[in-house]
Amino acid sequence: MANTSWFSEFPEMERATLVALRKGLDGAYRDFSRSYGEAIENFFDPLLYFLVWFEKLLLNTPWLIVLLVLVALTYGASRSIKLSVGVAVSFLLIGYFGMWENTMRTLSIITVATFLSITIGLPIGVMMARSDRAQNIVTPVLDIMQTMPAFVYLIPVVMLLGIGKVPGIIAVLIYAIPPVIRLTNLGIRLVDRDVLEAATAFGANPMQRLFSVQLPLALPNIMAGINQTIMMALAMVVIASMIGVKGLGQPVLKSITNQYFTMGLLNGLAIVVIAIMFDRVSQAYAARTQKHLEGMNGG
Amino acid sequence: MAEPLIRIKNLYKVFGESPRSVMPMVRAGRTKADILAETGHTVGLKDINMDIEKGSIFVIMGLSGSGKSTLIRHFNRLIDPTEGSIYIDGIDVMGLTQKELENFRRTKVSMVFQRFGLMPHRTVLENVAYGLAVRKVPKAERDMKAREWLSRVDLDGYEAQYPSQLSGGQQQRVGLARALCTDPEILLMDEAFSALDPLIRSGMQDQLIELQGKLKRTIVFITHDLDEALRLGDKIAILKDGVVSQIGRPEEIILNPADDYVEAFVRDVNRARVLSVDVVMQPAHHRLTTENIDEALRQMRGWTEDYGYVFHDDEYRGVVTQEALEEACEKSAGPTAPLHEMAEDGPTLEPDTVLQDAFSATLDSDYPVPVVSEDGEFQGTFSKEDMAKVLAHDNAEPSDSPTRTAA
Repeated sequence: MANTSWFSEFPEMERATLVALRKGLDGAYRDFSRSYGEAIENFFDPLLYFLVWFEKLLLNTPWLIVLLVLVALTYGASRSIKLSVGVAVSFLLIGYFGMWENTMRTLSIITVATFLSITIGLPIGVMMARSDRAQNIVTPVLDIMQTMPAFVYLIPVVMLLGIGKVPGIIAVLIYAIPPVIRLTNLGIRLVDRDVLEAATAFGANPMQRLFSVQLPLALPNIMAGINQTIMMALAMVVIASMIGVKGLGQPVLKSITNQYFTMGLLNGLAIVVIAIMFDRVSQAYAARTQKHLEGMNGG
Repeated sequence: MAEPLIRIKNLYKVFGESPRSVMPMVRAGRTKADILAETGHTVGLKDINMDIEKGSIFVIMGLSGSGKSTLIRHFNRLIDPTEGSIYIDGIDVMGLTQKELENFRRTKVSMVFQRFGLMPHRTVLENVAYGLAVRKVPKAERDMKAREWLSRVDLDGYEAQYPSQLSGGQQQRVGLARALCTDPEILLMDEAFSALDPLIRSGMQDQLIELQGKLKRTIVFITHDLDEALRLGDKIAILKDGVVSQIGRPEEIILNPADDYVEAFVRDVNRARVLSVDVVMQPAHHRLTTENIDEALRQMRGWTEDYGYVFHDDEYRGVVTQEALEEACEKSAGPTAPLHEMAEDGPTLEPDTVLQDAFSATLDSDYPVPVVSEDGEFQGTFSKEDMAKVLAHDNAEPSDSPTRTAA
């Protein structure tokens, strides 16, 4: 029987070997984080200062001014009075229910996360569009980032950087950046070949082609990617609160553990309000920049 | 003869994994189908040679798949050849570096595309100015030039529109203005009018001919439409399966097709609309340069025909018939009037008249109609019989046997 046991039972690794492997990897990583953790933390210091500065800015500015700025930004991007009024009312309600400070914290981290996603994601997307090899390498990485449970990659991040804002925003970035990258790549690849050829025929160099043709024509797709990134970043707010990111996520986490339904619902709704605001504003802005597409099919 | 502006020599283009490896087969004369079956490579262009004169419209004509669009993309190296050389205005285009090539495209050549290739996110004005923007010309200057060109293609007032708001014909006029705005020496037009409605297409052809009359650029024009080729081309190259079948002036191609393929092509051409009098006229003869009627009569009696063309001081004056001269001699016993005063003013044709405009003059006349150029030079004659012969596609030698005509 000993000879055929591999058929009925999976011939798995020796238990001792597995333990040794786990211990070895964990130990190696712990050593790595002990020796380099500080250096890496220092590397992220500017980011931390920026995060803290931006959060303080939002918190210390009188609420009325923040509200006015938000409404002005909404109107500037969308040129819609209806949307601007909606944003004003939503934020007044959020403040009235005592969630102003947490909302500001969440707003700050989402804004920074979005900004970082675009500055990192856009160049990666452009690179993927230019080379098939880059695409073949980056695509599986993006697949992993999107499907790997967030808790799993929280472990090494926390081991390396501890808890706080920086590991929180890194976790948010890992989860939220893939849509910008994917849709930038897709958008550029879908750009009309005839138009690109025309630019080449007039002597445009690769940079001129990128900025005068590829990016502008890929913009609808890129904006869709940015929109998705913002939504996914907001979805990470609760998980990020588990590693010490303050904001609307923490009360939600507290309500889960203590079964405070109303508190959870209110904070959850506040997240939804921010999400809707970001979504509508960014879409209205995208639509406005795509004005030339009007009447494209109308003949 | 001056150097041609564009010279293409022994140009080959093979598409596939490793084009160079199949070049020996191509040069050995293996067929396209053979090479495709054996190696999976497609022969796009085979041994193309052409010279294009400065200031002419050179039309490359062929059906789809003949390689014409591939060929035109070699002129500015949007496609690189597998082998061969391209010289433009003395520049070895194949020897240019990337930077030099960009500069070459910015200044020497520009292109008009079949599907326009306009940038949908830029206004009409920004589209026209694009070539200059690439060249980093200051905005005020390039906008001024772009406005100027827009008005030359009759699109004043459309500056702020987006291309999608324009009709197809208008969009292609924007494409044309964009190409001309960089002030290029050479204009490449890739089936530029093929996507347009027939009526708009012929309007665009008129506009191009009119512009070319003033600008005298060198235009390489691709088309699959023979009528368009004959209308625009100073010279036409006919391309079939990546090989040039014939290069020549329009009338040469119609009257002397090089092979069956070209002949099949030109068979249905409306010759009356395409050919002009000077390419089918007979050489000048029956000239009467004397003043004296008796002398003229003596000359005429030696001819088989009973009419003559009268010249005075090297200038064409009219026609006289033998009958009229004899009558005049009988009437007056004394000295007669000089011959050129007796000449009748008959119809004349100008050398560049197309046949269909020459119908009435030719058919109404009893004798071959003299062909006289604008400055009064007598170039030849054109008769009903000549007309009939040309229009009956009887383009072989005059000694044609009746059996062939019947067939």
